[in-house]
Amino acid sequence: MSDHEYVPSSKFGKWFNDRLPLLTLASHLTDYPTPKNLNYWWTFGGILTFCLITQIVTGLTLAMHYIAHADMAFESVEHIMRDVNYGWLIRYIHANGASMFFLAVYIHIFRSLFYGSYKSPREIIWIIGIIIYLLMMAAAFMGYVLPWGQMSFWGATVITNLFSAIPLVGEGIVTWLWGGYSVDNPTLTRFFTLHYLIPFLILGLVVLHIWALHVPGNNNPVGIDIKKPSKDTVPFHPYIVIKDGFALLMFMIVFAFFVFYSPNILGHADNYIEANPMVTPAHIVPEWYLLPFYAILRSVPDKLLGVVAMLSAILILAALPWLDTSKIRSAVFRPLYKQFYWILVADVLILGYIGAMPAEGLYLLIARVATAYYFLHFLVILPVLGFKEKTIPVPLSITEPILGGSPNLAMAKNKESLNK
Amino acid sequence: MKNFIKLFSILVLFFFTITQSNSAEKIDYLKTDWSFKGLFGKFDRGSLQRGYQVYTEVCAACHSMKYLSYRNLGEKGGPEFSEAETKAIAASFEVTDGPNADGEMFERPAKLSDKFVMPYENVKAAQAANGGAYPPDMSVLVKARGGGVDYIYSLLQGYEEAPSGVTLDEGVHYNKYMYGNKIRMSAPLSEDIVEYGDGTKATVEQMSKDVTTFLMWAAEPHLEARHQMGFKAIVYLIILTILVYFSMKKVWSRVESEV
Repeated sequence: MSDHEYVPSSKFGKWFNDRLPLLTLASHLTDYPTPKNLNYWWTFGGILTFCLITQIVTGLTLAMHYIAHADMAFESVEHIMRDVNYGWLIRYIHANGASMFFLAVYIHIFRSLFYGSYKSPREIIWIIGIIIYLLMMAAAFMGYVLPWGQMSFWGATVITNLFSAIPLVGEGIVTWLWGGYSVDNPTLTRFFTLHYLIPFLILGLVVLHIWALHVPGNNNPVGIDIKKPSKDTVPFHPYIVIKDGFALLMFMIVFAFFVFYSPNILGHADNYIEANPMVTPAHIVPEWYLLPFYAILRSVPDKLLGVVAMLSAILILAALPWLDTSKIRSAVFRPLYKQFYWILVADVLILGYIGAMPAEGLYLLIARVATAYYFLHFLVILPVLGFKEKTIPVPLSITEPILGGSPNLAMAKNKESLNK
Repeated sequence: MKNFIKLFSILVLFFFTITQSNSAEKIDYLKTDWSFKGLFGKFDRGSLQRGYQVYTEVCAACHSMKYLSYRNLGEKGGPEFSEAETKAIAASFEVTDGPNADGEMFERPAKLSDKFVMPYENVKAAQAANGGAYPPDMSVLVKARGGGVDYIYSLLQGYEEAPSGVTLDEGVHYNKYMYGNKIRMSAPLSEDIVEYGDGTKATVEQMSKDVTTFLMWAAEPHLEARHQMGFKAIVYLIILTILVYFSMKKVWSRVESEV
């Protein structure tokens, strides 16, 4: 970090800062040199921070009124919706907030994929991000169980049953997870406990995520290393703060439409039926944000291999910095990768769509092709592409493309010189 | 910026379609104008009051509504019966209270704070009285069915002679909007089964609409407050967004770059 030493102006400030350098930290965060060419896809980091804080604050409030007991959970949610002051608002923000959180995190992840933000020297930021994403899925899944509706109960049954695919110890693990021989009150109470715990783990990891980010600094749409601070950068405050704020407000408008005008559209109607172990819903569907992985799970005929495929689909992302062999970060300068990138986006959207459909006939066939392609992208296309692809020359500084000058070959480093 | 907005809106659109397609197969439900839909949607008070009458005189014979209290009938945004009317409604029901000082349970007229009296003691009793089928609790019924209000509205009017080739067991009826077309409940509404106090003609269509409106309110008692607050919140956000946009332009004008 290239900040010059910060000296508080007041005597007390200096005394305090010598003992706990909070003011130095604040000064670092304010002055933090940020590439000035960041586009709006970079505002989702701030938006995600907002989502996390919103979930924690609304969640704490809900927890004051919610009762984690199989006989009372459903009723306590109705109590929140009817009799708690603005309980309906808090619950709808929390429930839709989860979807908004995932919408933002998917954009954040795909931005990273497009601009190669996961590449050296940002591997640790990326891996922390993947862990956060995994924890988010766990938190969201357990949160969905808490209202104790039909989809809560059966979703929990299906997902926890996946562990029974583990050879030898599988059945034992499932019983241990349930705290009994089926999903029941012990399962609910432990899910509530973990649902309360995980957001704080995420919060801690977010701090590490940002800390790790502040070491090399932000990647940028051009994907080149920049000198900091320089004419290529602007201080975080006010430039990035106001830009993130603007984007956050636009995001909040979308958020507000869901909360106020279609608060239940992202949920499943069956979850307004109280959990009943005797009645299985016609289709057990997870929340939309888990659908691509659900499609991968179901596309494999073998239970154990299906679970392995689903987990690998997520964990493979952690190996991405090493699977992608290209030294060029931004897809802007990688014409072939750019095309494969959009095919991957389409592939994941198709998987998401299929995940909501019954696993039969044509759907199943498409799911299998899409699953195969997903792994092909990461395991074959990306490693090979790094060697085969002819990239466009990368400019020396970000000032150049911004001023509109066409990439000048004399000024540009090409791939060969980068590889030296 | 333009690219960003274009892509972002495509994403949100896709998001909508995916969730829409989530809700099972599409059926053409009967349509009617619901006053509570839209940005400023509000309940039709008259319809809510009539709907309560249909519920209490017809549905309540079998269907409970255990999350509602009598006081809700007088609350803002609901049927808004006057306080006297609400108390009279409550007092027309008997609830079991106690134990009293002698340790005995006793019957008393219901008060505003009491929950709606249930037609059956428990689920088993309800099943026993209805050929094994449990008449679902109606508190959140509208939200618990894929088609929502349109589904309930259609179902109430969807009773027909079974087409040839469909065999119905004893006590099962044919309904073209029911999942699988077979339903235990016999057609609950028939012309003039209730007599409306306000002179509205009690056709099956009218009663279906009224009772469905009432069920919507029962499931979402704060719907009106939500719509009102939503409009204010979104207008506020839009104004603030515009202001912040121009501040941002101003701040960034110091840098030779675009936002």
